[in-house]
This record gives sequence, structure tokens and C-alpha cells, in this order.
Amino acid sequence: METENLGSIAETFSPSMPAVKIFGVGNAGGVLLGALATPEFAGASFGAINTDAAALEAAPGTVKIHLENKLLRGLGSGGDPDRCRALAEEQFSTLKSACAGAEVVFIIAGLGGGAGSGISSVLARAAREAGALVLAFVSQPFECEGNRREQQAQGALEQLKAAADGVICLPNQRIFKLIDENTSVLDTFRVTGGFLVEGVRGVWQLISRPGLIQVHFADLCALLRDSHTESAFAFVEAAGPSRSREAVEKILAHPLFDDGRALVESDAVLVSLKAGRDLTMAEVNRVMEQIQRQCAHAKIIMGAAIDPEFKNRLCVTVFASKENEVAKPGPTRPETGALPIPASTRRSVMTDPGGRKRPVIKKAVQGQLPLTIVAKGRFDKSEPTLHRGEDLDVPTFIRRGLALN
Amino acid sequence: MFDDPNIIAGLEIGTSKICVVVGELGPDGVPNIIGIGQSRSRGVRKGEIVNPEQVEEDLRSALSVAEEMANVEIRSVYLGVSGGHIRGFNNRGVHTVVSADREITEDDVQDVIKNAKAINLPADNSVIHAVRQHFFVDGQDGVTNPAGMLGQRLEVDMHVIHGHVNRLQNAIRLVRGTQLEVDEIVFNGVASSLAVLTGDQKELGALVIDIGGGTTEFVVYSDGAIRHTGVLAVAGDHVSNDLAYGLKVPLSRAEKLKLEHGAAVVDPAAKNQTITITNELGLALNSINAEHLQRIMSLRLEEVFLLIAEELERAGLTDYLRAGVFLCGGSSRAPGIVALAENVFQMNVVPGKATAISGLTAALDQPEFATAIGLVKYGSLKKRQRVKRGAFMNTDAIKGMLSKILQRS
Repeated sequence: METENLGSIAETFSPSMPAVKIFGVGNAGGVLLGALATPEFAGASFGAINTDAAALEAAPGTVKIHLENKLLRGLGSGGDPDRCRALAEEQFSTLKSACAGAEVVFIIAGLGGGAGSGISSVLARAAREAGALVLAFVSQPFECEGNRREQQAQGALEQLKAAADGVICLPNQRIFKLIDENTSVLDTFRVTGGFLVEGVRGVWQLISRPGLIQVHFADLCALLRDSHTESAFAFVEAAGPSRSREAVEKILAHPLFDDGRALVESDAVLVSLKAGRDLTMAEVNRVMEQIQRQCAHAKIIMGAAIDPEFKNRLCVTVFASKENEVAKPGPTRPETGALPIPASTRRSVMTDPGGRKRPVIKKAVQGQLPLTIVAKGRFDKSEPTLHRGEDLDVPTFIRRGLALN
Repeated sequence: MFDDPNIIAGLEIGTSKICVVVGELGPDGVPNIIGIGQSRSRGVRKGEIVNPEQVEEDLRSALSVAEEMANVEIRSVYLGVSGGHIRGFNNRGVHTVVSADREITEDDVQDVIKNAKAINLPADNSVIHAVRQHFFVDGQDGVTNPAGMLGQRLEVDMHVIHGHVNRLQNAIRLVRGTQLEVDEIVFNGVASSLAVLTGDQKELGALVIDIGGGTTEFVVYSDGAIRHTGVLAVAGDHVSNDLAYGLKVPLSRAEKLKLEHGAAVVDPAAKNQTITITNELGLALNSINAEHLQRIMSLRLEEVFLLIAEELERAGLTDYLRAGVFLCGGSSRAPGIVALAENVFQMNVVPGKATAISGLTAALDQPEFATAIGLVKYGSLKKRQRVKRGAFMNTDAIKGMLSKILQRS
């Protein structure tokens, strides 16, 4: 089966293990890459992409791509995602060749800045064109970081959703509910970074570790490929004799899940359990039963793995995703022949319903597309004459699309 | 002569012009137009006042011209109002006759009309006209005057025209500011239809479209009563604006091009014809494609007609217009507009003339004076009624008669 196709790839960790490349994009991505570069991820190859030469130097990774032109002078992009996007488009072939040979590409980035917001979506597209399944793990900025970063992050997230197979998103603002008030800024960022790392680890375990209940890479592909989804995730740990019950309770009350709402609304749920050798089937059953009860409509994929170092502890990572209503077709993937996915299994998977969006107070304003601004001449300042949503002050020949030459 | 009760003045504060028409009531109560004054209007957009000072200045000059021509002093006017805020709708009032002998009295008639007027208007709107259409006595249709009939249940259909009270007050205040009294405010569309239609045409069913500078009013009559009214805040100004935008010329130039070369349908002869624009010294500035000019204009006017046709279709009135469509207002001077309207409405279209009144023929032939002339006619009907009935009726009853006037005349 898939082992035949994948076995030829030299970098694979185990026969059933797909080739994984993990890219850290931007400064945050670079730092998180450092946190991931542990023996646990031995099978994966790492790459760092940045516009800032100094930060790139500090980041680990076997492949380092420095996006640069004369304008930037190695000083970074100044937080301008558009400039970074243009730069990445320029270097599209480089990005694509860096992704070549990978079956799964993880993109790790902090959205809101320049490089992370601008490059991630281009990289995702390049990776998809190179034939990989693309999963992005991104964080959204804190509210205190300002409007501009929030808007940039929001825009980048939309683009990333359109480009990647799955986006796993961590709104930093929600972390506040999880940490102590006295936590220092440094520690806060470490915590948020830690969450993202846990997310990567959760998916990684699903596909890499031989477990009690194995999740095949093919399952993941079937669930995620071409679905352009976004999901919320939570990671909990519990210990002691009643650890399974405790873990379930923690998940259902997790702030990243909007107090369990994300689970109820989800269309697909991925559960990854990890425990020591003492993990019992009853415990797995108890956790799964509770989650299944919460999300009755969802397609559930679960995996359980054994880590000998986990004594007495149970660690559960849950990804809850909602079907993306506005899934746009991304770039078509060249047929690699590696994993033919039957069309019926191509389902949209991961969007977090309430988990991600922050309450935004909107004023009721008549929307106008930026493309169609027509001077209304003398009626510019008078009350518009609206008739069934049409502004009659705009010349008729323009609304009818008459071309004058 | 001071305070001549036979002098009636109609004032229309339009988007392109301010127009005062003076009429004199003859001994038989028929008005005769004796004076007209007009001036350019600069403080009005889409039929609503946006610069009161400017309007006041223009109004004074129009008034003085009219007074001079008619050789009278104007003390009070019937004021025409328009604007996109004005709406019309039909409402039915019900009243149960309680008297022992079941005879419907004049009081019952007033009560049922009061019931029909008791409608849920938005808080800041007020009624301009409430026009009686038909009475029903115990379900019997088509009763025009139920007083004296026997019946148990009296119903009436009314057409109510209402508008935003502050915007209406703006115009009234402005006119009062020039030491003129406002006798009454009248919806421009109603006034135009009074000037243009004869009694027969109202009975047959007719649509009057008044395309002015800033607004287009339309009124539908059938069986002698108003069935439907509406205002579109789109008219000649929009044509000029479209031309200015499409031909890339200043607005004043577009206005001039519209008057000199415009047409409501594209003239086959205009194909590949160019119009050369010259500056005041006669030097050629640039040239304009005549076909484009006419196409832009045609599309805009066609759209106005289509919107009206659509609304009448929705109201189910298209089949009642047996007398056809009557056009008035300044924009109805556009060449080919009759053909365009015939094409849209698929019925007989007549360029409206103020035939329902006598006087200066030069004024009566002009479609843009229809509203102001209609205002005089409205005033004359009002006064005639007052003279006839005034001796033994209170003011409320007079107001009640108003709708009847519109219906009968």
C-alpha cells in the first residue's frame, strides 16, 4: 500500500512514515523551529525562511532561505507583508525546490508581522505545487499588539487558508485565560510558542509513532487534502488514577475551544492520545466516548501512542475543525501518484467556528468594492438614491457595463 | 388691488428652476393664467432644498417677475413639494353605522375617512394628501357618495401620500420667510396630473410622468381617482451628470450638450457623427461622439421608465391605463422621448400639455410649467369648493371635500 510508495524516500523515519519538512517562517517561526529541533522530530528535515539575516542565522535548520533584495538590505521587511509576499513570489521557484520530495510540509509562523504573514501563504502554495500535503501552524497576535498587526494577521490567515490544506490557528489572546496574571512577557511568549509546538507534536505523533491505534498518513491526507480548513486545537495533560476523566473535563472546558463550543460545531475531529505503557483500552474508550458525544456530527480520527517516558501521565491533543464555507480552490496539485485520494473522501475539515474570531464591533456601513468607485459628480454629497440595492446616482451606462470607445 | 380673493398663485421650487404661476379666477370659478415668473434654481438637489439662502434669492426674483407680469401682488401660494422621501400607498377604513334607521349621515362619512387616515406612519412623517377613492356600502363597490344611502357597514379606500415632516417644513418655512403665506402644500405629481389630465382621461385611467430636473414624479389615475403615486429622485440632472462623466466634460458643458444635441433614442444619423466643442473664443477644444451622447442619455431615461413600469406592474395597474401615458416636466422635451416611453410601456404616449386650464397659451404649451399650473388649478378647485360650501360647513368638512375635488374634476 502506501509503504511501497514511501519506502523509497531515504529520509523516512519508519517505513510507514512520510517525508516531512518543517519550515519556520519569520522570526517567530525561527524561534519555534528551535523548540522543535529535538530528537523526537528526528525524521523531519528543518528549514528556516526569513527576510532578516540576523534572525535567520540564529534559527536552526538544515535549509535556510534568505529572501532578500536591495530594498531590504538584510534588515527585515519592517512588518510589511505585501513586500514579503512580493519577495516570496519572486523566489517562488526556490521555495518550490526546497519543498521538493516532501510528502508533508509543516509551516510554522507567527502571523501579524511581515515575513510570517507575507511568506507563509506563498510557501504553502509552492509546497502544494511540489506535491506535499501542507499544514500550517500559526499564531495570531495579542490584541495589545495593535490594529495593524491584527488586520495583517487576519488577511494572512485568509490567504493561508486558501493556499494550505489545513491551518491550525492559535489566537494568542485566548492564552490569557490559561496563564497566571503575573506571568512575565517572556514567559507568555514561551507559553504561546509551547502551545504551537504541542500542536505540531500532536500531528507528528499521529503520523510518526507506532501506536495502539495507528493513524495512517493516508487517513490524514483523505481528511485534509484540498480542504483549505482551519482548526482550533487544545492540548491537555492529566495524571493519576482518574486521568482520563480529568483530561476530558479539561478539554471540554478549554478556552481555546470556546468552552467546548468549537467541538460541538466541528465537522471533523482529530484526537491524539499519548501515555506510558500503562495506558488501558478503557481509558482510551472513556476519552473517545466523551468526545464523540460532544461532536455527534463530526468525523473522528483518533490515534493513540505509547511513550515509555510517560509514566502515569496521559496527554491528549484534540484538533476540532469546521467545514470551511468559503473554501477556494487552491493551486491544482500535480498528480504524484503517491496517494490517490478517492473524491468521496475529500472532505473539508478544519475550521474553528467560534474558537478563533474575536468579537469585532462593526458599524453598519454600505460595503463597496474597491474596484467600482465611480465619481457621482454633483450627487457625491447628496443622499444616495438607492433602489433595490442599486445606487441610481451612478451613471446607468456604467451599471449596465456599456463600453464607450 | 390688495387681497384679491380671485388671485391664486402656484409656487414650485424645482431642482432646475423656481417657477411661480399666477391665475385669476373667472366669474364661473375657472382659473385663467395671467402671469408666469421663473428663475434658475441653485440651491436644490433632487427636489429638496440644500441651500436655503440661495433658494430664497432665486424665489424672490421669480416672484417679482410673476407679479410684474400679472400686475398683482402675491400674498399666498400653493406650494408644490417633492423629493425621494415622499411615498404613497392605499389604505382602507371601516366604520359601522350605528343610527337606528341605518341611514348613512355626513358624520359617518367623516368617521370612515378618519379611520382610513389612522395609519401607522413613521413617527417623523406626516400626511400630505389623503385622497378618497371609493366607498363600499355593505360590500357594494363603486359608491362615490354614500351620504343618504342605507347601510350597516361603510368602508372607504384612500390613497395616502406622506412625506418626511422636517423636509416638508423646510420648504414651508423658507416660503414664509419671504412674507408669503402658504395656503397648502401639494405633491408635485398630483399638481401636474391636474394640469395635464381631463376628467375623461382620469376616468379611463392614465399615468402622468413628470420628469423634472432632480426628481421624477408619477401618478396613476383610474376610475377617476388616484390609485398610485411615487417619486424617483432621478431625472434630468442625472442625465447631465452621466454625460459629464461619460464624455469627460464639465457639468455645465454637459448640460448644454444635452439641450443642443441630446436625444432619448439613438438617432441612426448620429452614428460616427462628432460634435466639436469650442471655447468662448470659437477655438475647437475637443470633439465628442454624438452616438455616445445619445446612448448615455437614452439608457438613463429608459431606466427611469423601466423603474416606473416595474413598479406599476407590481401594483397590478398596467392594464388600467386606457388613456395612455402623459409626459411632462422639463426633461420630457428630449427629442424621441415619446418613442422611448412607447417602447417601454407598450401603450399610447402623449406629450402632456396643460389642457385642463385656460390662459397664456405660450405657458400652457410648455411641459415644464405643468406642475405650477396644476397648483393654480388645485387652488381654484379648493376655492370654488370653499365658496360653494363654506357658508354652512366647518373647516374639517372642507378638508374632507378635498379628496372629492381631486376625484371629480
